[in-house]
This record gives sequence, structure tokens and C-alpha cells, in this order.
Amino acid sequence: MSTVIQSRKACTVNPLKMSQPIGGALAFMGIADCMPMLHGSQGCTAFGLVLFQRHFNEGIPMQTTAMSEVATVMGGLDNIGIAILSIQQRTKPAIIGICSTGVTETKGDDVDGYLKNFRATHPELDQLALVYVSTPDFKDAFQDGWAKAVESMVKGLAEPSSARREGSVNFLVGSHLTAADIEELREISESFGLEATILPDISGSMDGHIPDDFTPNTLGGTPVDAIRRMGEAELTIALGEQMRPGAEALMTKTGQPYVLFDRITGIEATDQLLDCLSQLSGQPVPGKYRRQRSQLIDAMLDSHFFFGGKKIAIGAEPDLLWNIGSWFNEMGAIITAAVTTTHSPLLEQMPCKEVLIGDLEDLEARSAGCDLLITHSHGRQAAARLDIAFLRMGLPIFDQLGAAHRLSLGYRGARDLTFEIGNLLMAQEEENRPDSWPLPMEDHDAHAPFAFG
Amino acid sequence: MLQNKIQEVFNEPGCSKNQSKSDKERKKGCTKALQPGGAAGGCAFDGAKIALQPITDVAHLVHGPIACEGNSWDNRGSKSSGSQLYRTGFTTDINELDVVYGGEKHLFKSIKEVIDKYDPPAVFVYQTCVPAMIGDDIEAVCKAASQKFAKPVIPVNSPGFVGAKNLGNKLAGEALLDYVIGTEEPEYSTPYDINIIGEYNLSGELWQVKPLLDHLGIRVTCCISGDAKYHDVAQSHRARANMMVCSKSMINIARKMEERYQIPFFEGSFYGISDTTESLREITRLLIQQGAPAELHDRTDALIAREEARAWQRIAEYTHRLRGKRVLLFTGGVKSWSVVSALQEGGMEVVGTSVKKSTQEDKEKIKEIMGQDAHMIDDLTPREMYKMFQEARADVLLSGGRSQFAALKNKMPWVDINQERHHAYNGYEGMVNLVKQIDLALYNPMWTLLRKPAPWDMREART
Repeated sequence: MSTVIQSRKACTVNPLKMSQPIGGALAFMGIADCMPMLHGSQGCTAFGLVLFQRHFNEGIPMQTTAMSEVATVMGGLDNIGIAILSIQQRTKPAIIGICSTGVTETKGDDVDGYLKNFRATHPELDQLALVYVSTPDFKDAFQDGWAKAVESMVKGLAEPSSARREGSVNFLVGSHLTAADIEELREISESFGLEATILPDISGSMDGHIPDDFTPNTLGGTPVDAIRRMGEAELTIALGEQMRPGAEALMTKTGQPYVLFDRITGIEATDQLLDCLSQLSGQPVPGKYRRQRSQLIDAMLDSHFFFGGKKIAIGAEPDLLWNIGSWFNEMGAIITAAVTTTHSPLLEQMPCKEVLIGDLEDLEARSAGCDLLITHSHGRQAAARLDIAFLRMGLPIFDQLGAAHRLSLGYRGARDLTFEIGNLLMAQEEENRPDSWPLPMEDHDAHAPFAFG
Repeated sequence: MLQNKIQEVFNEPGCSKNQSKSDKERKKGCTKALQPGGAAGGCAFDGAKIALQPITDVAHLVHGPIACEGNSWDNRGSKSSGSQLYRTGFTTDINELDVVYGGEKHLFKSIKEVIDKYDPPAVFVYQTCVPAMIGDDIEAVCKAASQKFAKPVIPVNSPGFVGAKNLGNKLAGEALLDYVIGTEEPEYSTPYDINIIGEYNLSGELWQVKPLLDHLGIRVTCCISGDAKYHDVAQSHRARANMMVCSKSMINIARKMEERYQIPFFEGSFYGISDTTESLREITRLLIQQGAPAELHDRTDALIAREEARAWQRIAEYTHRLRGKRVLLFTGGVKSWSVVSALQEGGMEVVGTSVKKSTQEDKEKIKEIMGQDAHMIDDLTPREMYKMFQEARADVLLSGGRSQFAALKNKMPWVDINQERHHAYNGYEGMVNLVKQIDLALYNPMWTLLRKPAPWDMREART
């Protein structure tokens, strides 16, 4: 159990947090043939675009309503209509996902109302799905934007259904899953003979592959039609606490039950997921996963020597912090510093004394003397100043390759992570030296052990 | 206030592009009206930050919601020879309460915290859209903070929604002119002092040119703003000549320094061999005109002769490998022509160069170098560019990061020549490096493997 405290500083130094609208935009990037769009100044989009491009090394589909000063003050609803028509004409997506920003929320544009009118006056666009989500920059964080976008998609697109398709399952996945994690999830559920709809599915769009032809929209992801049919599944499995509102919304809309797993990494977390899939499908856990489980146990045996008692500092969004922090705790390491971006019911349950909602300056101050620092690429300066081992995790990772393919889900993910971090910690072990065990300083006057003379 | 500033910047008499416009056009400003659903560039705040962030020892404090700094900090490639403070991200990260009650007090407290903890020679405060909308007066807050803490606190009033990146560059220049340049006196000055304006030291490329100037005894008192220190900028008005690079992004600084401090300037570039030579000559000419000993002229000529010969010789080593290779040059402004001659010297053919951000002068230069039928591309959609490489109408793409995938996803080589690049391409040294990088990209053995279809696809194609 931990105490959750909020930083009291006026000035944020070295932000850990990123803003809601781009979290929402990334969720929309997990939808097939989609054009995400921010309702804001064109810079709002440009920053997100550069950030994602450097993280994924991919071209990023993302548009803007390009609000000028005048449009912002007078109200920029017409810009939304102009933008939709322009995108429809040029790139013909199946869906446009719209996120508001700080600029448009300050004015308080009623986008929902506007879109209703727009729909009525543009029946020719009936085939184009439009999903809007309110994500002011001056509230909450990246993870919340992702979660709200998923909730909006469920509310706006999923349809109730009386028929249940046997062997069909929905996954709602949080922003802490990489493309590789989602790929692994699909492979696992397919091995139980299940047909999975994963929302959002950035493994189809942001995994770095060579498309057959050029498209300005997303290269893959959850088809809009599959979202509409989510009501037909037997069960919804939500991964990450942030997915609870989305799962609740789906249940309300379709009457479908859901289960939520707040972790994706570690032996017990994977056991629970596979057991759930086994029961749902009526299939035994395939031999290959029993083998992988056994490999994970062996990996933990081989590497636990290097984890025991190690001091770990983590800066991450709540679901990622909970996932990785809980796993470190299981491996015998001690979470000595935990900094996060936004509120979550999980924070109080973190296996550490205190969780701070703060920035990387706070994390740096708490990380002195730690054995390992974990956060996104922006932690590189702090790690260099503190001269401690540094593992990049989360988003953005712009100074290393392959961010989309880091796997931590399932037995295989946990096994590889165990070795990767075990190696980092092993490299930190210090060689013993003649002066490694000095006696305590002696006070010759008062406590000298022998008094001569 | 801000609107007046913007009109003033739009009316820049030193800008030839602006001068060729009608009154009506001029009023509309430097950039085309942004098209909702069809724009992708940076905003004015982004432009201001790009222009000033390279000043290394000051604290750059962004007043706004987390998006403006949180989504973008420490990701520009400007290098420092000293302080790393410019890479620290400072922001007020305003919340709902600030939006309702105003963020001025929050900003003032933030300035205090920054000064207490980091004690920089100055704090730069950047305005963004949301506080501009709710009426936070950053000029007033900065003025109060300057007095209270006895330290320069500089307002940079360039909220994102006033326009595009280019306008932000100029508004940043205005902030330096209004609050920094000329506010301090240097301990001494020499007849060999120059400023370089509009150079951001990306990948440290200023350091490819500095040894040439050092060799001639020419002192760069201040580079605005690559690897600059606050006091150098404040004292830059005592230089004898200014060189303005990077097309016209900071022309207002050069022109107003001429007006206020009688410092003559010229527009030059260190991209390309002939440009580097021309720039060195022009610096020398201006310094001599301003009173430096005339012998500088001969020394410059000797250095140029030596370094040009060395560069051409090194480029010639690649000629037999690069002859006939077709290059698509997709960049803007000065770079649309300044690297062309080096590419041609390397034996390459430039099959197209983009002129979207180029001035009329730039276009004339292109014709001069590439001939009347130079293939100038006004705008190329991502789809068209993709098709160009799909059909192998060019062998290599030289561009910025945005368009890289048009080449790469078609298994064609790409060389990054814009602001996020990892390699430095300035001066003689830089052009040799560029040719080397193109050679490396073209001749990586990997391409053969990538372009070969999988065995089963070949089998299927046969049957």
C-alpha cells in the first residue's frame, strides 16, 4: 500500500506527462483506414506527429482543424466541417477520429451538437464513421486520452446484439501495450481457437511493415465493422485499469460480461489470462505455452540473484507503472521511487511507500543511489547525471530502435524482460576490493576499544 | 499589440519575397491561409522555440498546458559546447483552475522557482494559445519578475494560433530585438567580430565552419542562436558585420541591427562549396569595409583555394560510383539549390528540387545552376512522391524526416538533410560528408536482398 501525493511545485521541470489529445489520437491510429484529427491549432497536431514518427519510425496519419486566432475566439466549429469534407475528398477514410485540445476546450465548442447537425446536412457521408472525444490538454494525461477515445468508440460504434458468436472474444487494450504485446495477445487467443477483436489494434498499423501501396490513412488496425459487431462476442477482456470505463460502456450497451486484468507481465498475470481463455474456449492450454511457462520459471531462477534487494526508480503512466512495478516487486526488487502522470485507483495499491504525481525532476531527485532507472527516453539526461543504469520504457522512445517490438506480455515477454533487466543489473554488480569492508570510524577519545598508557 | 507586431513582421522591407507582393497580399502575411484538414506544419510557438531554444544557458519556460512542452521537449538537434540547461524542459503545465481564474500568478511563481533552483542568466517565457485566450499578460508578468528577481525575464509572445512556424521564427527575433540585443556592453571588441544569424547548430554543424573562421582570426561573437550564451546575444550589437543564414527566417534581426547599430549584413549560406566560399569572401569584404586590415583578403583567398581543392578532391573520389545516380531533392529555401552543385560535381543528376518554401531569388539560382529546364517541384503530395519511387524514377531521396517513407517503404535509399538529421553538412567538410552519406546509402548491400522477392512469390509469379 502506498501514499499518493501530488507535486506542489508551480513549475513542471522535465515533463513525464504528455497530453490527452495525442493519447486519443494514438488510440484512433489502432483503427483500420482511419484519419485521426485534432481540433486545435496546427501545432497541436505537428508536435504529436513528430513525436509518434520518432517513436515508431513510421509515417503518421494525423490531421488538424488548423484553428487560427480568429477562428479560436469566434468559435471554430465550421473548421471541423471543412476539415471532414477536405479529408473525405482527399483520403477517403472509413473513420475520422476527432480529439479536442486545450485551445478549443477553453472556448467550449459544442462539437457533439455540431456533428449531429453536420450529419443531418451531409447524408452523402453516412458511410463515413465519425467519433468525437473531448480531451482538453489542461486536464488528465496521455493514458486518459487513450481511454476516453476507446470509450467513445465503443459508445459511438458498437451495436447491441442478441446473437452471441461462439468462440468470439473482445479485448480492450490500454496504452501500455506495444504492437508486439498485441501481436502476442492475438497469437495466444488464436491458439485457443478463439476469434479475437482487439480494440485498438496498433499492431496492425504501427508495427512497421511494408504496405502494398500508399495510403495516407492508417495502414491497418481494428476494422470499423468489427467494432460495430463487438456486441456479438461471448466475453470482453479488458487489459489495464484504464480500460474499465470502456468495458463498462460496452457492457451497458450490449449486455455483455467483462473481466479485467490489470497486469500483462509476470507468471501469475499470464496464468490468469490463459486460464480465462482456456475456460472460455473449453480448450486446454496448448503445450507451447506450458513449455514457455517452464522457461519463464527457469529464467526467474537464473536471474533472481540479481534482482533481490535492488533499488528501482520508475517514472511511468499509472497502468504501466502498476504492471512493471508489481513485477519488480515479485522479483524481489524494491521500488524506491515511483512517479506517475495522473490519478488511478491502482496507485494506492502500489507495492511501495509513496507514489508521486509529478515530473522527471522529482524522479531524478528520488533516484540517487538507485540501481536502475526506468522511464521513457526523456529520462536519458537524468540517468546520465546520476550515472545509473537506464531502461527505456513507455512512450516516447526516440533514441533507440524497435520501440513497437518490445514485448512484455505473456510468458515469453516476461522471460525476455527478465533476462534483459537481469543483464542490466548484473552489469551494475560491483567487484569486491580490499577496502570494500571498512570498519566504522573510531572515536579515539570516548570509545577506543583499547586504552594504552 | 501582438497584432501590430505581426503586421510589422509581415511588412519586412528586407524580405524580397514580401516586396514583390501587392499590398493586399502583404496584409495576409507570409504564409498561406491554413487549410483545415490539409495542414501539417508547426505553429508559431514551435517556430519561436526552434529559433531561441539553441541559446544554451537560459531557462526556456513554456506557459501553457502540458501539450506545448510535454509533447515536444528535448527533441531538437541543436548542440551546445557548454551549458545543457536549454535541454531542460520547463512548463507551467496549467490546469483547469488556471483556465478559469487566470494563470499569471502561476507563471510568476514558476519563474521564481526556476530562478531559485537553476539561477540562469535569464529566463525566456513563451506564450501559448490557451493563456493568450484567457488574457494572461505575459509581458506584464515578465516585467514584474525582472524587477523582483533582478534578472532578465524575456517574454516571447508567439502563441501557436497566430500563424505558422516561419512567423514564429520572426516573432522570436522581435523578442531578442526588444529585450536582449544591445542591453549589455562587451568587455572588448575587435575589427574581426561577426555575428551569424539564423544558424541553429544542428548536429553541431557550426563547428564545421568555425575552424575556417578561427584560422582567419575572425571571431564569431555571437551565433543567433546556435550554441549561443545569453550575454553574447545581449552584447552582439558591437559586431562589425552580420551574416544571415537559413533563408529569411530571421531577416528582421539582421535588418534592424543594421538600422539601429549600423552593422551591415549579407545573406549567405554554408551549404555547398561555392556558397561557403562566397560567404567567406563576403564576410571578409564586409569586415575590411568596416575597418579590418586589407591583408585579410589575401589570407581568405589562400584558405579558400586550399580548402576548396581539398574538398573537390575528396568528392572526386566518389564520382565513379555516383555518376548518373538520380537524386530527388525535397527540402526548402536555400537548400533547394545550394547543395545542387556539390551533387553535380559528384556526378549525380538532380531529377527534381522542391521550391515550395523558396523565394523568387532561390528559383533564379536553381535555373542558373540546373539550366532553364530545371525540374522545379512546387508541391508534391505524399502519394505522388511514393509513386515516383515505386516507379524508380529516382535513385535516392534527400529530404526531411516527414517524407522519408516515400523512399524507404519502396526499398529506396533516403538521406536526411533537414533539422532532425544526425549528420552535419555545413561548409567544405559537410559537403564531403553529404556525398559520403549518399554513397553509403546507395551502396548498402542490403538493398539487393530487400528487393528480391521471397522464393514462393517468385515461384508463384512463374506459374
